[in-house]
Amino acid sequence: MNIQAMAQDVPVEGEHTVEGIDFITSGDQYLTFLLAQEQYAVDILCVEEIRSWEQPTKIPNAPSYIKGVINMRGIIVPIVDLRLKFNIGKANYLETTVVIVLTYQSEEKSRTIGFVVDAVSDVLNVESVDIKPAPAFGGCVGQQYIDGLINSENKVVTVLNVAHLQQVEKHRLQG
Amino acid sequence: MSVDLSQFIPSFLEESFEGLELMESGLLNLKPGDNETIHSIFRAAHSIKGGAGTFGFDSVTEFTHLVETLLDEMRDGRREVSSADTEILLESVDCMRLLIEAARDEQDYDHDKVSTTSARLSETLGGQQSTDSDSENESNVNKNDGCGYNIKFIPEHSLAKTGNDPIFLFSALAELGELTISANTEELPALMDIDAQELYFSWELTLITTAEEAEVIEIFEWVEDECLLELEPIVNKANEEPTNNISDVADGVINELSVESSLGEIENQEVLASTKVDNEPETATGEKSKTSKTKAKADLGSIRVGVDKVDSLINLMGELVITQSMLSELGNDFDMSKVERLTSGLEQLLQNTKEMQESVMRIRMLPISFAFNRFPRLVHDLAIKTGKTMELVISGEQTELDKTVMEQIGDPLVHLVRNAADHGIESKDVRLANGKPEKGTISLDAYHQGGNIVIEIKDDGAGINRQTVLDKAIDKGLIDANAILTDSQVYDLLFEPGFSTAAEVTDISGRGVGMDVVKRNIQALGGRIQVESVLGKGSTFKVNLPLTLAILDGQLVKVGTETYIIPLISIVESLQIDNQLINRVSGDMVLYRLRDDNVPVLPIYQMFNLETECTEIDKALLVVVEGDGQKVGLMVDDLLAQQQVVIKSLNDNYQQVSGISGATILGDGSVAMILDIPGIINMALEQAQKIQRVRTDGNSNVAAEVCL
Repeated sequence: MNIQAMAQDVPVEGEHTVEGIDFITSGDQYLTFLLAQEQYAVDILCVEEIRSWEQPTKIPNAPSYIKGVINMRGIIVPIVDLRLKFNIGKANYLETTVVIVLTYQSEEKSRTIGFVVDAVSDVLNVESVDIKPAPAFGGCVGQQYIDGLINSENKVVTVLNVAHLQQVEKHRLQG
Repeated sequence: MSVDLSQFIPSFLEESFEGLELMESGLLNLKPGDNETIHSIFRAAHSIKGGAGTFGFDSVTEFTHLVETLLDEMRDGRREVSSADTEILLESVDCMRLLIEAARDEQDYDHDKVSTTSARLSETLGGQQSTDSDSENESNVNKNDGCGYNIKFIPEHSLAKTGNDPIFLFSALAELGELTISANTEELPALMDIDAQELYFSWELTLITTAEEAEVIEIFEWVEDECLLELEPIVNKANEEPTNNISDVADGVINELSVESSLGEIENQEVLASTKVDNEPETATGEKSKTSKTKAKADLGSIRVGVDKVDSLINLMGELVITQSMLSELGNDFDMSKVERLTSGLEQLLQNTKEMQESVMRIRMLPISFAFNRFPRLVHDLAIKTGKTMELVISGEQTELDKTVMEQIGDPLVHLVRNAADHGIESKDVRLANGKPEKGTISLDAYHQGGNIVIEIKDDGAGINRQTVLDKAIDKGLIDANAILTDSQVYDLLFEPGFSTAAEVTDISGRGVGMDVVKRNIQALGGRIQVESVLGKGSTFKVNLPLTLAILDGQLVKVGTETYIIPLISIVESLQIDNQLINRVSGDMVLYRLRDDNVPVLPIYQMFNLETECTEIDKALLVVVEGDGQKVGLMVDDLLAQQQVVIKSLNDNYQQVSGISGATILGDGSVAMILDIPGIINMALEQAQKIQRVRTDGNSNVAAEVCL
């Protein structure tokens, strides 16, 4: 399922909308997913695709949260288990376990990394003003990974910073 | 109809650089009386000048004109070929390169250098000085003073038949400035006589513009054979005072672009010929066009491929199509009786794809002469700079190498050649005193060896003084004062950062920056460098490079659940372990006796932290590999197939992993890691050192941790 293509394929007014998802939007769209019982979100434009979990090829001597690499149409994509990285919940691999492949285009190059999460849940339309800064009261997820919090109905969704998710990976590993 | 010339600029640039190379190598080999070489140099210069004129790179044209004049004198035998002239011409080639590069990047160039060289050229030309000042005058004339032109445009009647439409010309002109058009309808015949396809008008145009003459002429470029065109600058009265004599010249010299193409008349043909000739210096001397529309990228990323290579590819393509149709035919109503045909078809397919792949890879291969070409000049310059006499001998320049490797090997090679010239070759006196020929020799050689290409840089100079290197290394604290090193280990010290044995620092080399970079660059290409040296006789640097970076022959091995690929090239042999040949020595170091050698055994599962049932050494298989001159035995569970694999980088989305040189995708779509043998050996050494250190500290806990 290529979410990016879907997101760009916004029907013009008058066309039918895909059921359940409101495509005529303003603001940014975020893909939300579950880690343990908590909701997290990433900018939907970074999402390359969502894959079901498959056993990747291990990378020797990599940290435990780097599960290995997979072949995504000829591209070698490393897989990071976010549950292990953030130390949230248990790293069970079930039917619903999915890998969200994110591509982030930084100035020099683009990197594509897959992140293991418990399940994907929804697409949120959010105005940038509605993203509130997160209070710095600890939690497992490092402050640098968090862009802010969104209130969605009676739940709170953590917006993750894709750039940091991918960049910090590197520093951690080298250190 | 105006054609966008800019699309041809890349090929012009490519050709020009080739021409410059030709000129350079010609000049280096130039001997008095060698007319053939002079001719070829002249031709190269001439086509660069012509091309530059067409594309409006006026600075190039102007400069090349001087070079051409000098060459012309040599060609006609009016001037003897002297080394001084050759030097000036070589410098001029540099300037031309500078100018062309500046034109390509639309950037400014080093005016001082160019003007000094052109002054020297003019000085050398001496008698020709007057023509130069003429051309300067012309260039002043051509520089538009901002008023515009009166243009008389009398097309032939058949102009419209060749697909040209005056309206396009006029609208193109109108883009340059304010255009007034008046048509002359005198020639219009009576209605009865009109041929609808003929053009009977002529026009007088007044163009108020700041554009230069060349630009205006360019618009008419495609119709100039079919019309009478007169172009006359409107001279601004206010500006007339300083340009009095120039406007005289203007009347006389330029704007006579009258070209007739009625071939029957010999006279007219002469006019045509002479205008063509006149034309060149005109465009040539025009001022540097500020509006040149070049947008060529610095690296064009194109390669020239021999037609034979493309032809063979097309042949293979044809075969592949035939095989494919055969297979799909077979699949239409398949039953078990056709299995045999299917297997043979699949075999054919395999053959086809293999050949196709080789053929495609060959397209990326270029003869190494591309990288070697710059060295004759380099050595020539170095000889002058250092005051030594030396010659360069190049062999094996037809050896082919992958384009990417070629691009990246250039700089390291330059460095090695410089070193050979600067440190290797001794001065004349020293050489004579040592009973060597006065002239030093640096030789560059390239050849294939297995799946690798070897480039040798050899000099017959002083060689490397082992003791000096050792002293220096001890001095710099790189090694222990009482360390015992083999020759190759000593020479490896040369590649340490900040290491230089040159007695004094020169501007050529000796700062100790570089050799480490050379080694790093070569390693980054998957290659390695070796040094051999005999004191007093000379040294040899051997660069070993993989033929291509994209594909590798590999042996698939199994460790636990994982599949790894060992590059076939580094495998010495694979064997079943014989228990009696296993020795445990000096505190749990496992050695395997391979004939006379003792090969250390590295258990992959332990190094990569994998789980496997095959932890007992006598149940496993041993793959003996060699890297960096060291043999080790890799302990693996099982040997699988041998196959060619396409190397994919882990770096793109992840990072370098020690012990792994890349990844590949296997036939079933899964990813497998390619082992980096020198990397694994280094890893094992580091781990061993850590363990040793920890053990001597008496801290066994940590040792266990590192072990795992």
